[in-house]
Amino acid sequence: MTSTETPLVRVLEADGRYAPSAAAEQYLPLIDALSDAELEQFYRDMVVIRAIDTQATNLQRQGQLALWPPSRGQEAAQVGSAYAARRQDTLFPSYREHAVTRIRGVDPVDILSVMRGNTHGGWNPLDPKNGNTRIYTLVLGSQTLHAAGFGMGLVFDGKTGTGDVERDEAVVVYYGDGASSQGDVHEAMVFAASYNAPVLFFLQNNHWAISVPVETQTKVPLVTRGAGYGIPSVRVDGNDVLASYAVSRAQLDEARSGGGPRAIEAVTYRMGAHTTSDDPTKYRGSDEEQSWAQRDPIARMRAFLEGRGAAASVFDDVETEAADAAEDLRARTVALTAPGRELMFDHVYSEPHPLIDEQKAWLEQYEASFEGGANR
Amino acid sequence: MTIETVPMSKALNAGLRKALEDDPRVLLMGEDIGPLGGVFRVTEHLHRDFGSQRVLDTPLAESGIVGTAIGLAMAGFRPVCEIQFDGFVFPAFDQITSQLAKMTNRHEGALSMPIVIRIPYGGHIGAVEHHQESPETYFAHTPGLRVVSPSTPNDAYWMIQEAIRSNDPVIFLEPKSRYWPKGEVDLSASAAPLHASRIVRRGSDVTLVGHGAMVTTLLQAAAIAEGEGTSCEVVDVRSLSPVDYGPILDSVRSTGRMVHAQEAPGFNGLGGEIAATVMERAFYSLEAPVLRVSGFDTPFPPAKLEGVYLPDADRILEAVDRSLAY
Repeated sequence: MTSTETPLVRVLEADGRYAPSAAAEQYLPLIDALSDAELEQFYRDMVVIRAIDTQATNLQRQGQLALWPPSRGQEAAQVGSAYAARRQDTLFPSYREHAVTRIRGVDPVDILSVMRGNTHGGWNPLDPKNGNTRIYTLVLGSQTLHAAGFGMGLVFDGKTGTGDVERDEAVVVYYGDGASSQGDVHEAMVFAASYNAPVLFFLQNNHWAISVPVETQTKVPLVTRGAGYGIPSVRVDGNDVLASYAVSRAQLDEARSGGGPRAIEAVTYRMGAHTTSDDPTKYRGSDEEQSWAQRDPIARMRAFLEGRGAAASVFDDVETEAADAAEDLRARTVALTAPGRELMFDHVYSEPHPLIDEQKAWLEQYEASFEGGANR
Repeated sequence: MTIETVPMSKALNAGLRKALEDDPRVLLMGEDIGPLGGVFRVTEHLHRDFGSQRVLDTPLAESGIVGTAIGLAMAGFRPVCEIQFDGFVFPAFDQITSQLAKMTNRHEGALSMPIVIRIPYGGHIGAVEHHQESPETYFAHTPGLRVVSPSTPNDAYWMIQEAIRSNDPVIFLEPKSRYWPKGEVDLSASAAPLHASRIVRRGSDVTLVGHGAMVTTLLQAAAIAEGEGTSCEVVDVRSLSPVDYGPILDSVRSTGRMVHAQEAPGFNGLGGEIAATVMERAFYSLEAPVLRVSGFDTPFPPAKLEGVYLPDADRILEAVDRSLAY
């Protein structure tokens, strides 16, 4: 099967026209049910997160962050799937899901805090304000197993499949085309399928694993991988926020209702670098980048909203909000101070540990020995 | 006092059963641990009595076992994973060292990882490649993990329960050659601290230190030495991370000499760590350098050569003689 033969769920054409593909028909009622306010919110989030992303990239360039993985281009896949998740769902992001985390309530400065070198975590996933969003992990694919295990726990606890979609819980795990080659993703799909765990495997195929093209990861469309595990899978235009939302909502509700794991391949494009450490001009051509720029998810949604008669003030408001959010993020990021040295020792273990306690005490004593002496 | 005389495999089985009864959030997971009862029968009948949601016969995937255990712990469970053999823990190594060990730290204490990973380890059973290795140093070297190894059925019964009660991840190394010899288990005692080393034989001339199956070999060596007029004290380390140095240092301060023995390769091993610490903290008590007896720095050999590779009583006694010669 070639990629052109694989059905693709698309609702909006690249120019913003509402022109659902054949595969999209069954999802249209979910889109029809969206209010104008919700549609505008999708757009608003995409614009704001892009402004935040651009700001973070700039902050890295100015030495304020050690690293930044840009999400530019992937806003629709992320915003659509994040709004598709219900309040009670648990999300396992990788390290580029800036839009997802923000929508769930995570303060973007908590992500920048990781990238600045202040913490390895950033936020407490058990704090309700963070919307059941687990912290980022930089090891590719590891989190898919954690999501499968969490989903198994939901099954064992009877928190899923009761028939009440407002209460039944599900899990969304994000990973990319590069991570799809990792053994852990395979094992996660085996476990999730074996235990009928309510896990949505949300793969963002952004076409590049740093400098390695997706063709090196797979000879078949990644969406076809799910079939081998008995996992119903759908391929969606990841630059179409409406398609991403509708398919994710439908798949998640199937999973939470006892249908077992589901998978989505969102076909999208990383418009920027993998991280601020690499240079895309070394491994891909400008023709390719320009062709994807024509499919920009934000421009597409804006054209759609304009076609529906959205007022110009809506777009002006969004621009203002985005600029304010970016400016606020900059101010709070540069104000972040280094953590106290006790952070290193206090949470290696949950219970007291003599070696760590001794070393912490030694460091305190050592540092104290300089007081009044060396200028520290 | 309720004493039962059982092999370590039965003691572990009883300890796991007790843990499953005491806490409904405890679950066991691993390959073939269900109706078969595990390849060493440590989980025998537990699947029958607790069902397949408490005793999970998992797909054959070690990274999957540990990785999903992490997710289950996040969902509030207390998973006990069985890795079938020591040499098969490495497919799970990334999940153990990069994920499990660091999870509490990365969450700045907001999250605990009450997971036990049981690994049958070590030689003496004549097994084939990957079925007898001593990987303890990899885990003891990793911050965030706790590593323990019982040497007797009584310790096995109590330590497995204490490991499951711990809110930190515990690598639980079961010396597989000790699965079958019987020993007394005191069911009415209270559990000893998990991370305590213990003097298991009193002596005055040389301190012998080791863990797991090597404790039996050290006791054999001590018995032979006694016949030759040398009095050896034997310390069972029990906890490889953190090491409880108290009884080791007390013993060395009284004997002035120490020999450490382990099955694992010597280079960068536990013996080197303990020797360095004893030297740092009891230097003026030492009458001789701390000596180490270990497996060679080779891959664990084919079974027909394991008798050459593994430290035996003679190799330990040779080190005792060298120590006494100073």
